[in-house]
Amino acid sequence: MNKLLASIKQNWFSNLRGDVVAATVVALALIPEAIAFSIIAGVDPKVGLYASFCIAVITAFLGGRPGMISAATGAMALLMVMLVREHGLEYLLAATLLCGLLQIVFGLLKLDQLMRFVSRSVVVGFVNALAILIFLVQLEELTGPHGSLLVFGMTALGLGIIYLFPYVTKAIPSPLVCLVVLTPLALYFGMDIRTVGDMGELPSSLPVFLWPNVPLNFETLAIIFPYSLSLAVVGILESLMTATIVDDLTDTSSNKNRECFGQGVANIGSGLIGGMAGCAMIGQSVINVKSGGRTRLSTLLAGIFLLILVVFLDQWVGLIPMAAVVAVMIMVSIGTFNWSSLRDLRTNPKSSSVVMIATVVVVVFTDNLAYGVLVGVLLSALFFANKVGRILYIGSSLSSDGQERSYQVVGQVFFSSAEQFIAGFDFKEAVEKVRIDLSRAHFWDITAISSLDKVVLKFRREGTEVELVGLNEASATLVDKFAVHNRPDAVEKLMGH
Amino acid sequence: MIKKVMACIDASPYAEAVCDYSVWAANRLSAPLTMLHILDRAQHTNTPDLSGTIGLGSQEILLEQLAELDEKHAKLALERGRLILDAAKARAEAAGVSEVDERLRHGQFVTSLLELEADIRLLVLGKRGFSSADAHGQLGMHVEGLIRSIHKPVLLTQQQFVEPKSLLMAFDGSETATKSLNMLAESPLCKGLPCHLVMAGADVEAARVQLEQAAAKLRSEGFEVTVAIVAGEPDVVLNQYQQDHDIGLLVMGAYGHSRIRQFFLGSTTTAMISKAKCSLLVLR
Repeated sequence: MNKLLASIKQNWFSNLRGDVVAATVVALALIPEAIAFSIIAGVDPKVGLYASFCIAVITAFLGGRPGMISAATGAMALLMVMLVREHGLEYLLAATLLCGLLQIVFGLLKLDQLMRFVSRSVVVGFVNALAILIFLVQLEELTGPHGSLLVFGMTALGLGIIYLFPYVTKAIPSPLVCLVVLTPLALYFGMDIRTVGDMGELPSSLPVFLWPNVPLNFETLAIIFPYSLSLAVVGILESLMTATIVDDLTDTSSNKNRECFGQGVANIGSGLIGGMAGCAMIGQSVINVKSGGRTRLSTLLAGIFLLILVVFLDQWVGLIPMAAVVAVMIMVSIGTFNWSSLRDLRTNPKSSSVVMIATVVVVVFTDNLAYGVLVGVLLSALFFANKVGRILYIGSSLSSDGQERSYQVVGQVFFSSAEQFIAGFDFKEAVEKVRIDLSRAHFWDITAISSLDKVVLKFRREGTEVELVGLNEASATLVDKFAVHNRPDAVEKLMGH
Repeated sequence: MIKKVMACIDASPYAEAVCDYSVWAANRLSAPLTMLHILDRAQHTNTPDLSGTIGLGSQEILLEQLAELDEKHAKLALERGRLILDAAKARAEAAGVSEVDERLRHGQFVTSLLELEADIRLLVLGKRGFSSADAHGQLGMHVEGLIRSIHKPVLLTQQQFVEPKSLLMAFDGSETATKSLNMLAESPLCKGLPCHLVMAGADVEAARVQLEQAAAKLRSEGFEVTVAIVAGEPDVVLNQYQQDHDIGLLVMGAYGHSRIRQFFLGSTTTAMISKAKCSLLVLR
């Protein structure tokens, strides 16, 4: 019991003051974000606000990463656009439920392990693509049909406040100052610009439980499943990436598998109270840590403060000009973008840069982060295979009587290097006997074996006798479960021969 | 690998006694002695920046700031840990142990000990650590969790070292108790100390038979055994018996029952440990 109490204390109440303050800052920043993401998805602001509340509260209890903020996010909102446009809100709620279920299944199948295959370049590409997408949506608000010089000016003023006010004091969140200054300004001058209230219904009560009003049949499933799958994958990817960022910032560890489960339950909860799907937020989590938040308490309170603020101040929230929301969102996109990756483009290997840029380009053109990650992961794998395939050397020597040639194969033989392997032998040389020493080579797949067969066959056709040496050592790596972790002698043998 | 007597040293008033008991144990077991200090890093929060903004490279800057903060605290803790260990080592060497190791590790207390479990023959630690040294009559915050999870004998010490001249083996006839009794009988740690084999409960025939069997086992290994059955709650009467007979070491098996049962009935082991007035050898 002591242990349980100690862990509750550690996870919830070890940083009381910091958490309460950080939760307030985060809640204030979450409001414009939840509104903006609802607008991206094409639903009423209340859908995003309820979702943010529910997801923050549930992940506070069930998530695997204390101190991380999860809510309605841009990455997820972008995936829902078509579903909402073609089928409406009810189908979005159903898709959110299914997304949660899929994420729980991911957790049970321990798919968080697959994150290993997502390389650093893909992660950076994902983050940059996300920032660019958020920014592009804001640009539409500025340059679209409702954009005007006035909106532009108000947004610029908002951005100025957000970035310059911290030089005056860091004790008040500057995004809050931006909202509090721009709203009365717009009202006072009676500016004809869009406000949050124009964008749809705001929450005026606490959320209530409701089951999505969709027919429970195969047709519905066929409509929502592709969306749910994309949502589930992107949600888990962004959540696990964010968890790693918070891990690094706080130098503590997290339970990635539990995070998958927590995200799943949170999305089911969100779907059941009329909210959209969400996931962990990179920008908000950084703001939380920066403001001193560390434990589950800050996540929980951020959700609760958000709901209290929105429900009790709903008339005021409706008056906020969209220009102020856009300013906050531009800040989020600037803060999310990995700027050092631009500088690193010059110094990083070309292949990493190509992976990063390909991820970004695919995402920006498809609006789907899952496709970008898929392309990025595939490209990384291809580049890696290509690189390792070049680690192959075939040397040879002729015996003094000129009748026997010995080949030494050193390195990795697999699908990518098989051609090169075959090309390493001189079949046109007329000798009695060929000796191929494979004891320092590694055969990784059946492509390697079949190319060896081909080599032997070709020599035989020329009337040359072939002797293979060290085939057993070379093919030890063929077995699927091959591993040398924690076996120093095996590693020595593998690298030494 | 030769398993070691591992002494958990911190800056609490228990440190010297832990050191002396571990010297005593290392000599009796003729095992090498390791002084261990674990740096359980507290979370250090930055001076909060409540501006709520993120701009160019916010994440990198924040990481840099937090790392710097941790670095400062960690350097100090490292230096202090080294000093504590050096003092303990010097004390052990002065007491005549030739082979004393020092180990300084980062991590959570219980987790770190579990990682080292394979190297441990006997773990020596104070009943309470630095953070709760003054909470008399209670257990240190990590002790119960540690004893529940580690599968090595643990010697819990009081603040003063008193060389054990006799020992009390708490015996209730259970499987856990029998296993512990066998461990005690076969280990050189307590060889030659007069042993009081005591059972708490009603003085019935079945209990006597069990107790006699157990005593026979100990006698066959050369122990001088006194047998007793005292009526009452184990944690009360056994500790009373220990004080009446001025016994220096209490030996017991730990946590034989399921967690659910302990949740409702309370754990005898925990009660025994918290009330004990002498050093305690907990066997698992």
